[in-house]
Amino acid sequence: MKSLFKTFKKAAPAAAFTLALAGGAVLQGCSGGPGEGSATAAGVASDAAQAVYVAPGKHDEYYSFLSGGFNGQMSVYGLPSGRLLKIIPVFTQHGENGYGYNEESKAMLMTSHGFVPWDDLHHPKLSRTDGMTDGRWLFANGNNTPRVARVDLTTFETVEIMEIPNSAGNHCSPYPTDNNEYVIAGTRFSVPLDMKGATADVSMNEYADKFRGSISFIKVDQEKGDMELDFQILVPGFDYDLANGGKGPSSDWVFFTTYNTEQAGTLKELGASQNDRDYLAAVNWKLAAKYAAEGKAREMPANYYHNKMDKDTHIAKSTIKKTVRYLLPEECPGMMYLIPAPKSPHGIDVDPSGEHMVVSGKLAATIPVFSFSKMQEAIKNKSFDGEINGIPVFKYESVLKAEVPEPGLGPLHTEFDGKGNAYTSMFVSSEVVKWKLSDFTVVDRMPVYYSVGHLMIPGGDTKNPDGKYLVAMNKITKDRYLPTGPELAHSAQLIDISGEKMRMLLDFPTVAEPHYAQAIKADKVAPNSVKFYDLAKNTHPHAVKKEADASVTRQGNVVRVKMTAIRSHMTPDNIEGVQVGDTVLFHVTNLEQDWDVPHGFAVMGANTAETLIMPGATQTLRWVPKKAGVFPFYCTDFCSALHQEMQGYIRVSPKGSNVPITFSTGKKKPSA
Amino acid sequence: MKAYQKVLMIIAALSLGLLFLFPMWKIYLTAPQYPEGLEMHIWVNQIAGNTAGAIQNFNILNHYIGMEPIHADSFAELKIMPYIVIFFMVTGVLIAFIGKRKLVLSWTVLLMIAGAVGILDFYLWLEKFGTNLDPTAPIKVPGMTYVPPLLGHKTLLNFEALSLPAWGSFGIFLAITISALVYFLSRKKEAKHNAKKVMV
Repeated sequence: MKSLFKTFKKAAPAAAFTLALAGGAVLQGCSGGPGEGSATAAGVASDAAQAVYVAPGKHDEYYSFLSGGFNGQMSVYGLPSGRLLKIIPVFTQHGENGYGYNEESKAMLMTSHGFVPWDDLHHPKLSRTDGMTDGRWLFANGNNTPRVARVDLTTFETVEIMEIPNSAGNHCSPYPTDNNEYVIAGTRFSVPLDMKGATADVSMNEYADKFRGSISFIKVDQEKGDMELDFQILVPGFDYDLANGGKGPSSDWVFFTTYNTEQAGTLKELGASQNDRDYLAAVNWKLAAKYAAEGKAREMPANYYHNKMDKDTHIAKSTIKKTVRYLLPEECPGMMYLIPAPKSPHGIDVDPSGEHMVVSGKLAATIPVFSFSKMQEAIKNKSFDGEINGIPVFKYESVLKAEVPEPGLGPLHTEFDGKGNAYTSMFVSSEVVKWKLSDFTVVDRMPVYYSVGHLMIPGGDTKNPDGKYLVAMNKITKDRYLPTGPELAHSAQLIDISGEKMRMLLDFPTVAEPHYAQAIKADKVAPNSVKFYDLAKNTHPHAVKKEADASVTRQGNVVRVKMTAIRSHMTPDNIEGVQVGDTVLFHVTNLEQDWDVPHGFAVMGANTAETLIMPGATQTLRWVPKKAGVFPFYCTDFCSALHQEMQGYIRVSPKGSNVPITFSTGKKKPSA
Repeated sequence: MKAYQKVLMIIAALSLGLLFLFPMWKIYLTAPQYPEGLEMHIWVNQIAGNTAGAIQNFNILNHYIGMEPIHADSFAELKIMPYIVIFFMVTGVLIAFIGKRKLVLSWTVLLMIAGAVGILDFYLWLEKFGTNLDPTAPIKVPGMTYVPPLLGHKTLLNFEALSLPAWGSFGIFLAITISALVYFLSRKKEAKHNAKKVMV
């Protein structure tokens, strides 16, 4: 075994390099003939149209949630049709509905760096009960300014965003444990910590000495889903890439891939690719939580935002947290181990049994599969090969179960079908490769177009996958659709994995760049979907629940318009007495108590987006008129036959004018 | 009257209690954009719907054609009717204890009249709401009125309206049927009794 490892060490880099070059050639070969659509329709099932056809008025079998990558949002698609159902704004302002623009939701995007209206959302993860997706919440990471968000799947709205301190590039995130005990988030970029809540002002030359990584353990309220940063582990200054929790026997553990164990601070493309092996970090989260609870955790100053949307006021509030607890692995024996893995690994995926940890090393020639039981054995026998920062490093062969030979080029990520098979995406050779967990041999290949990043099987990361479909998320689109200039939609492909051979069913364009996805049977989510908010439960401080209570009041230079909207008018719709330079707050309450009747609100010249108000809710548009005159406002969502008539006027007089505040709808003023 | 007939009479009286548990009448509306349907439930003491917002939704739709908004407060009947029902329930039970056939008959007939008046009243309201339209309404279709059906189906512009009695009305039906049955069952004996009198 020792010699095997040595051989591997020698051969792997050369093999990977050669293969990568070859892969490039294959890619170029594929992107041939323009005009008639894509180069090939190879592998498309003859009954593909029937397999993905969801008749008008019928519902899809699955909800799938595809991350939007650099748009900071989440896209919801129906499967198998590939129909786009919704874009859920998470980390990015959304002019479409006023998220991050209206006064109620601005606080959701507050961070210790101020208002950050954009992020890079990579990984959605569904909440879990007993190791299975439960359809209650969806967690998602913000990579650029480290944040973790929670989306409520009864409303499909982002209800919570927590900033992660001592992290940079929150890529290795968010990974829920089997019962959402914790959502775990690792840092992609290690940074020098000043241990006072910020990064230290040090030279990049000091990377190896000063830079550290962190893994955050976010506690989740079992009933409400509210998050709370319980503690962090300060880990060696590597890049932490992806993670996944164990299952069954390994359910107390979570595994992280790392790269740049060379600790290069520049040109990481080369600097982080020098070692023949990086590490798979194994953390016993239950033991970590125990250490933290038993007083092993130290505390340091911190400065991070925790933003929550109140479900009754519909107003987001920020809390600024000032401390964080942390553990040091060197002080916590048995909590963390390092497993040598082929250089710069990406995906780490644990099979449904919880025994196999599959590492997809994008530069590796094989796919190593580690054994959880062998790892337990190795811990017992202390089969270590030294340690790093007090963290024991296993001998490769003492934990290795097998290597999948010749899987393809550029393995990135693996999921499982629950029938003894694994499916790995091959970025460089643009294919999905099916292999057996019993003998670790490749049994099928499906070309995908082009350069697949992640793939997803509904429940494919849980202990009981639903092995019917696989979605490949491709990074390069080129000629797959009608061209749309230099910027193209990314492409997803739906593959039938119910039989022995994979069958290509469907291409569908995606929004921005999905990095990962989740899917769940529709009947776990659809029955709980909220149709509208109960007006009686609306406790927004400026809500008005009937037209007679609508008002316009001035306090100094702030004018509050408490307005109602109902088909097909706004009350009041004539407003006078506003002056140039006033801050006008339109608090609009949608009085409707019916399904699918939002009203939108916009006013001419407002330096913000419209706000889209759901039935029963109140939202606020802030407007500071800069010049005198009459300004129309109107409903922006086609609500009814007389939607076009749903409009009004606000008169703005010069500063110091004696026009009194008056307001009305129809001929007479609304009686009090 | 025999004991079982008295019991039946009590059941007849108490079956009116269904009026407090279920609506008397339901009007079902569907339209292309209301696949889930919209229901108005007319109770002995309230006007409600299948959802909390149903009446508001009826009024929103109706205001385009100039129909007056429907509010429970505008119907004095809803305040009076519960007392009438209670009156019938109490008197029904009393009559059962007294056990006089003639009283049973009077009670049954009175209840039938009350039911008929109720249905007439309901019809007049439908007529009033459906025809008394605001001349400034945004949607005006020449010659069109919007009287919903009292019983059965009718098309009103984009809406299909269906009107049917509900479990509450079944309570009245039960009360009338059972009390009439009591009157009928107790008849034979008294007829014999009367016959004897004649013979004497």
